[in-house]
Amino acid sequence: MKRIGSYWLWILAVCFLVLFPLCFHSLFYINNMIDILIGALFGVSLNLLIGYTGLLSLGQNAFFGLGSYTMGVLLRQTSLGIPLTLLSLMFLGAVYAVFMGYFCTRLTRFYFAFLTLAFSQIVYIIIIKWTSLTGGQQGLIGGIPVPLIHLLPGLSVDIGPRLHFYYFTVVLVVGSFILCKAVVNSPFGWVLRSIRENATRAQFVGINIRRYQIGIFVISGIFTAVAGGLTALNISGAYPDHAEWIKGADPIFMILIGGMKNFFGPVVGAAVMVFLNTFLTSHTRYASFFLGAVMIFIVSSARMGLLDYLFYQKGVFKGASAKIRAMMRGREKKALEVGE
Amino acid sequence: MNIHGLLDCFGSSSCVITQSASAVVIAMILFLVASGLSLIFGVLGISNFAHGSFYMLGAYITYTVMTRLGGHYWLALILAPLGVGLLGLVVERFLIRRIYASPHIYQFLLTFGLLLVLDDGTRFIWGFDYKSVQMARIFQRPPLFFLGSAIPAYYGFIILMGAFVFLLLWFVLSKTKFGKLVSASASDSNMVECLGIDVRSVYTLVFALGGVLAGLGGLLAGPMRSATPGMGFSIIIESFIVMVIGGVGSIGGVLTAAFMVGVMRSFGILGFPDFELFFIFFLVIVVLIIRPWGLFGQPLE
Repeated sequence: MKRIGSYWLWILAVCFLVLFPLCFHSLFYINNMIDILIGALFGVSLNLLIGYTGLLSLGQNAFFGLGSYTMGVLLRQTSLGIPLTLLSLMFLGAVYAVFMGYFCTRLTRFYFAFLTLAFSQIVYIIIIKWTSLTGGQQGLIGGIPVPLIHLLPGLSVDIGPRLHFYYFTVVLVVGSFILCKAVVNSPFGWVLRSIRENATRAQFVGINIRRYQIGIFVISGIFTAVAGGLTALNISGAYPDHAEWIKGADPIFMILIGGMKNFFGPVVGAAVMVFLNTFLTSHTRYASFFLGAVMIFIVSSARMGLLDYLFYQKGVFKGASAKIRAMMRGREKKALEVGE
Repeated sequence: MNIHGLLDCFGSSSCVITQSASAVVIAMILFLVASGLSLIFGVLGISNFAHGSFYMLGAYITYTVMTRLGGHYWLALILAPLGVGLLGLVVERFLIRRIYASPHIYQFLLTFGLLLVLDDGTRFIWGFDYKSVQMARIFQRPPLFFLGSAIPAYYGFIILMGAFVFLLLWFVLSKTKFGKLVSASASDSNMVECLGIDVRSVYTLVFALGGVLAGLGGLLAGPMRSATPGMGFSIIIESFIVMVIGGVGSIGGVLTAAFMVGVMRSFGILGFPDFELFFIFFLVIVVLIIRPWGLFGQPLE
């Protein structure tokens, strides 16, 4: 029953995305929708680590920057074409994720988070300093050429126009979501949840937790790199702030707003964040002041993400909302008794 | 890479002394910011990403005192640390206190949100451009000459202040009742509470003390680096590095690590002008992997 329901949700969402440009022709809406989709991919890929595995990575900007710069540099300097460039940035993201995950998963909690941040700074420094390749502080300015995508012999697509790029983004993001969802629903995904709930017990059962953690690190890194690559195409450039550590806070904020207990939480978070950003930047120069204030309000009043709220407070699992709220306040043991 | 530049420097005593002086100055300011950060993390368990903004506010308060309130440096010396400390007090009492037991992601988001609010609030109050902070008249004098190298008088003041704060902090933390309370609260806050001591106000004081130290760092750095809205950003990561390398809960460790980073920065810029930061991050990664509790910290259980 629940499975069928969720299939309908997917089909409905895809229909909405396909029909969206018909209802909202204006470039403004399409651009915002592209931002939301890319942000959502960034958020969902990080939520594989935070929400499903319980690993707070502050270094996701490394993969985002890696993706956007690989896209920019390869398209400018080689004739690989977009599909091969996408594959190579996914490959690079995976390689760096193995490297980073191998070391970071030796540590836990704050030290884990800080080590991911340190590893991401290394990418940032390389981007800043390798001026001949990356343009240094200025970034890859002057536009990125967008070659045609050859689907079949005789059939090629130009993703230059905004509408075409919109559909290209929809295909990539929805495709990535389906893959992420498959990962989450697989036995591998359930092992991740068990590691999140109790790593020690998972180890007792004979699970090599570090291998699983590195595995999800790689998957998350790959999809974050895709989000980065899409951003480079979207704004036709790659800039150092794609790899700066504050960039890593964006998806965390999305996860907070949307909720981390639900696969689509970060998607809602991305929509709220893009809306807030567009609204605030058009009304005030101090947009990040209000973003910060929203963050402080949500966290300090122990609100949960929107989807978590809808599903657990209003939906079928009523008692669980008290549980989540209590968990945020750190009374997990008590909450378990109340909730179950 | 410019190894020759580094080797040439070691050939002349004046270059070595000039670079060492700047290393010590970098180290002292880093020490002031990182010791507060380390204290807060060690006792409260909070990684305070807004700590760099406290440092920035210290510099801006100094700027305001020097330009608007008559330019008495001694007034800034009191107002900057106290003002930031007071802010820390309020922040702990009304925000941080709510999230001690929360998962790390909420602690990160709260202090990160605070960072955004403080940075943009600073832009709102003081504007987007950088403000050069006036130096006190007493330091506007010819540099001190030492073995053929010129060292600004203000450097001497920073070094003295850093040393003084280190000694004071060491004394307070290891020799007074308050220091014993702090370390007891860090290791077992429930037990301390059972003894009838209000741990929550100890926490508040520790957070405020961290603010005072960061404000002092900003005050000292102001005239040298001038106040900019993004200055907290650049120092917060380095302070975390110093805290992690030195080991949480060890003031001496923080000082040592600050010296290491200072030396790497000021000599590294001669030999590897583009990659000195790279080496610092490499160092912190190596330390975290080999000794996650830092060079001088206590191993975790």
